[in-house]
Amino acid sequence: MSKFEFPPSIGSRPVWGTLEPRVGQAHLFVADAQGAEAILDVATPELMAAAHIIFITRGTDYADKLRALNPSQFYEGPSYDAALSRIKRVLSDAKMGLQVYISGTESLMGQMTNEAAQAGVPFESIQTEHRGSTARRMQCVHCKGFTEEVETDPFVCCHCGLNLFVRDHYSRRLAAYQGVCVDAEDPGNVPAQKGIYE
Amino acid sequence: MTIQFNDETFRDDYSFHNSEWAIRRFPFPFHEDSYMYSMNAEQHRGGPDGSVYENRFDVDEHYVSEMQDRAKVLSEDPLRCQSLPHMTLAGWDLLELIMVSKSEDYPDLFELHRDGDQWRWVNKPLGIDDTFTFLDESTLPYGPMEYITRQSQGDFALLDQRDENLWMDAGMVTTQADWSLDFNIGMNFIEWHGPVPLANEMGIFKRALKFLLNIPQGSPGRRLNWTMTVNPLLDTSPENYHKWGIQKTTLTPENIGAKQHLRVELQTFYRLPRSNALAFPIRCYLCSFQDLMTMPKWGRRLHRVVRDLPVELATYKGFIDNRPLMIDYLSKFDDGLPTSPGIFPEPETEPPLKT
Repeated sequence: MSKFEFPPSIGSRPVWGTLEPRVGQAHLFVADAQGAEAILDVATPELMAAAHIIFITRGTDYADKLRALNPSQFYEGPSYDAALSRIKRVLSDAKMGLQVYISGTESLMGQMTNEAAQAGVPFESIQTEHRGSTARRMQCVHCKGFTEEVETDPFVCCHCGLNLFVRDHYSRRLAAYQGVCVDAEDPGNVPAQKGIYE
Repeated sequence: MTIQFNDETFRDDYSFHNSEWAIRRFPFPFHEDSYMYSMNAEQHRGGPDGSVYENRFDVDEHYVSEMQDRAKVLSEDPLRCQSLPHMTLAGWDLLELIMVSKSEDYPDLFELHRDGDQWRWVNKPLGIDDTFTFLDESTLPYGPMEYITRQSQGDFALLDQRDENLWMDAGMVTTQADWSLDFNIGMNFIEWHGPVPLANEMGIFKRALKFLLNIPQGSPGRRLNWTMTVNPLLDTSPENYHKWGIQKTTLTPENIGAKQHLRVELQTFYRLPRSNALAFPIRCYLCSFQDLMTMPKWGRRLHRVVRDLPVELATYKGFIDNRPLMIDYLSKFDDGLPTSPGIFPEPETEPPLKT
């Protein structure tokens, strides 16, 4: 599957990389859905011998292919929230020299990067690669509610019901884009919905 | 001089008003008849007597009412004041800077008595007389940044300096021109300026960052920034935009002079001694169009600036829809005469409006 080229954007929008094998005592891979393909691309027998793969399936069937890489540890779960307690445990047990590889959606990469950084993993040891859905994790600036998998602009906040414009402004701390009321100055005048990258 | 503090509101019935004194010292942000982004920073080392530049932290007739408005905002949304855990020392630095400056610059209003780390702070306009231990948070009712900025006009950001960048890691933000501390906290200088159009392409932010990283102790800087606000609403927050945005549509040719306000930020920059953080006070001044028009120079110039501003900027500053109405109103105060350079109104020497 070809990778999506994000259009040039503003200074707060994160730039994702391409996974490459690094030297390390241990390797933690966290991926969701098509993010599995980035692991398949980078995996080597040496890397896998010290690898822990945490895979969030989100309805895809990459699990068997990943298992076939023979990682030292493998976990398969339905969602990031379901995997989070295991991720926290792995990070709290981590030693110096851990390499972290995160691939898949922006929502996963944003949240998982924070989790690793908060556990003390230096940014130089965290790699990311976008694969799969370009949907955004969004925070409504009004009610502060988060909505996952936002693919269209504008969209209706699933918490407070306001019509929100999907900004490119992004908070790494919140791992979210900002949604701002689109019809505050003319209630009801909401532009036609379109895909964020259309 | 003794300041008469106004009893006024910045919401609901909007009883905010500027005295003639306040109009005359209003920090008009245009030094010439056109505007484009620039860093336009200079040393913050005083200014003409009575101007907003004279003292380190300007106190004016709106002080008490602004602090009451801030308390209301914080009561409704405590997240307007946040400080990441490593920023407490910078908060103490800021508290010291403000207490020392105000007690020296306004001895009739503020007193600071220091005996080792036992400090007594007297704020007469707000009726505060507190004794506390410097650097001991448990002796203050709030964290040090929140404590002192509940008593200081303007927003405050505390910027941590590391990795050749500035990080907005603490702030008190209740009089903002439509940006969210809760969303932006933790961002670096380039990130939090991400949404600003044109300036990035012009290389402004790279140069501004370099300037700010090199500000030394004892040598503060300042600059003016501006936007437009309908009604004297201090708290134009994104959080409440769905509530106040509609007010922008209430302008008419009859009410624009009273309702439309030029909103000016006096931004200052101070290197802090213990934390090496940068204090970034952002002081908001509001003035209605009709009050600005009492100064012939400002009438002529504001018309020319608003008329000729690039569309991107008028859009970003949120008044593109109202611009035609503004130009109609302002054009009546522009007789085509030249204006003198600089921001000060100079009513004694500037010719009156030709009618």
